[in-house]
Amino acid sequence: MHFPQKVAVLGAGLTKFMRRAQETPKELAFEAAKMALDEAGLTIDDIDAVVLVTAPDAFDGVHMNGEYLADGAGGSKKPYMRSFVGGGSGVFGIINGWYHIASGHFRTCLVVAEEKMSSSMPHPQGTFNAIYDQFTERPLGVNLLWIFSLEMNRYMSVHKVPLETIALVAKKNKKNGLDHPCTQAGIAGDYTVEEIVNSEIMCWPVTRLMVSTVSDGAGALVLASEDFAKKVTDKPIWIEGVGWCLDTSYWTNRDLYYPKYVEYAARMAYDMAGIKDPRKEIHVVEPYDPFAYKELHHLEGLLLADKGEAPKLLEKGFWDRDTETGIPSSPSGGLLGVGNPIAAAGLMKVAEIFWQVKGTAGKRQAKREVKRGLAQAWGDLMQVGTVVILGK
Amino acid sequence: MNERVAIIGVGYTQLRPVSSDVSFREMIYEAAVRAYEDAGIEPRDVDTFVAISEDYHEGTAIFDEYVPDQLGAVLKPVHTITQDGLTALASCVMQIKTGLFNIAVLEGHSKASNILYPSHIDAFALDPVTVRPLGFNPVFLAGLEMQRFLVETGNTEYHCGLVVAKNRATAIKNPIAAYPAEISIEDVLSSNPVSFPLKELDIARKADGAFVIVLAKESVAKRLSPYPVYVEGVGWLQDTPNIEMRDLVSSLYLTGAANMAYREAGIRNPIREIDFAEIDDTFSYKELQHIEFLGIARPGESGEMLEEGYFDIDGEFPVNPSGGNIGCGYMYDSSSLRGVYEAVLQLRGFAAERQIPDVETALIASWRGIPTASGGVVILSNRE
Repeated sequence: MHFPQKVAVLGAGLTKFMRRAQETPKELAFEAAKMALDEAGLTIDDIDAVVLVTAPDAFDGVHMNGEYLADGAGGSKKPYMRSFVGGGSGVFGIINGWYHIASGHFRTCLVVAEEKMSSSMPHPQGTFNAIYDQFTERPLGVNLLWIFSLEMNRYMSVHKVPLETIALVAKKNKKNGLDHPCTQAGIAGDYTVEEIVNSEIMCWPVTRLMVSTVSDGAGALVLASEDFAKKVTDKPIWIEGVGWCLDTSYWTNRDLYYPKYVEYAARMAYDMAGIKDPRKEIHVVEPYDPFAYKELHHLEGLLLADKGEAPKLLEKGFWDRDTETGIPSSPSGGLLGVGNPIAAAGLMKVAEIFWQVKGTAGKRQAKREVKRGLAQAWGDLMQVGTVVILGK
Repeated sequence: MNERVAIIGVGYTQLRPVSSDVSFREMIYEAAVRAYEDAGIEPRDVDTFVAISEDYHEGTAIFDEYVPDQLGAVLKPVHTITQDGLTALASCVMQIKTGLFNIAVLEGHSKASNILYPSHIDAFALDPVTVRPLGFNPVFLAGLEMQRFLVETGNTEYHCGLVVAKNRATAIKNPIAAYPAEISIEDVLSSNPVSFPLKELDIARKADGAFVIVLAKESVAKRLSPYPVYVEGVGWLQDTPNIEMRDLVSSLYLTGAANMAYREAGIRNPIREIDFAEIDDTFSYKELQHIEFLGIARPGESGEMLEEGYFDIDGEFPVNPSGGNIGCGYMYDSSSLRGVYEAVLQLRGFAAERQIPDVETALIASWRGIPTASGGVVILSNRE
């Protein structure tokens, strides 16, 4: 197999996640981009190309939102590309930036993810109705909670997982989120399983504390070629593997208990990184957790647990941040503990892996030694998996 | 990877003002089947897929959900680029050049006829805080730019009318074109005013249709195709998104994108080294502006050259041998894929009645339409 040119991550930036940001979308993008450039020790003049990701235009209420955000993201007068895979966009942006450099076309690339969901009034769930098929599903008045409740129920039935076990994911992530400086006000906390299970039912079996919130925020990452990275840092963090996969739009024709698209994306990334046994070679993982069960669902798709085993490992503390023998999962707090500005949340996961591998995650640093970590996002109609593996 | 990337298959549908008998899925399927047949591959041979779409043009949020099935791309690496077709083509080229992929597929389509009030959609692309509240129809921006361009460069409304007459007449020989017509410059000049000096016939009318393009790395392309067309250079650039800060005379986005593509293709003198071009003509003046700022003519000279027949299909430097957006129909971001399709036919020598003799190198240039200032440039060649 051919191994492409190496690509390094030099810096990451994140704005605070908020329910209703006063900043305009451009300002959010600017703030994150500036922080990432500062960590990398670069200025915008060092950047050859810019990649932007943001989920549906309908949130910001701006048509061709990529064009609108261009100057905030630093893309003015530069080759500027916006890529899109729905909720998986946050991690996909890194993949898009990766091929900019791995192809040999550019030395450096700034990847910016922005999301401002609060502009969608009265609530962004209304926008989610527009993602369904306009003939067969949209007229039913459905939103995202509804499809997730179906999938969660299926997952629980197939593997006989009690609701209390799923609630443990929310408990773990919301606790981890307490240590994240960008966490959205009021969403992290030390909750008990009872509080989570007994919180308001959104769409059975999904309860209020098992679903991530509506957020505004932005994130950015600076990527560079091997030659460039070696000039500016002694210890670059490398993108070792990338993978992405899109399943059929006819989600009703699939068995929802297992995310095959995540498995395919993960296998692509493992192959590229030369990983034979992910359970030994991945030291920290940030699976996408917009809903509590999703983390378990994705951990199985990532082949880090056998089908139906992730909940059992969860009960044993295998995914905790201070585990010595397990694999810390969502040490950042994830979407449940930090917030879920869709595309920016995906990028937040990659940024967390970057800081974990670099060893600068502070209070969130995993206890075990971290040489390699994996971030994953998911999106569309339970349809897309995007995976990035970073390592020393 | 040092191998070049080649286009080995193209697929199209007939471009039409309305297409109430087919869904977008059926259009994409039709174009995809033709492209795979042309390339001699099955969808399972494809390593990565790129689709272009904008949510507001489709009427569906997160439109990339609806891409895989009709392309045969289920459970494959697929993603959407919400940019124009040439930027997405650059994405395919870059992916192949990483060395991870052998074959990439690019899809673009338009269901413009579904959009009841296009100007309302365009207005949603204006800055929501500073510009949109002014409540104007965005096509006004084109009139403003046209006026400034004509005054500064000395080109005239007559020249713009000539662009329309040329492109619509050229389209008569193009079997897929939606708006072929024999019209006079007077017809254009006397058509209804839209935003002074822009008139109704200066504006490309919209069309429905789909294009699918198959790309492969050189070694694979040579094995699969008897007539590979090589991508010699790609470029894309974003000028400022703030309309109030732009230089309305020059299309700087294309100058920048062209410089990037010329550098990669090793082109120093575009008018000598390139044989013909497919250039965005969403508005008639845009063809002249783009010709000048791509470095094909000096500022202010394109109108006169056009009058002399320089850019005619049998002229020295044919521009828009397909009929352009004005003759074929405007397909939003997929319009430039029609340019790629035309260039591939010409470079293979398959353009039938409208074949330009002895062509080796083609330029395709795109613009994303109002109110944007971004575009792309691709250089194609049939040289071994």
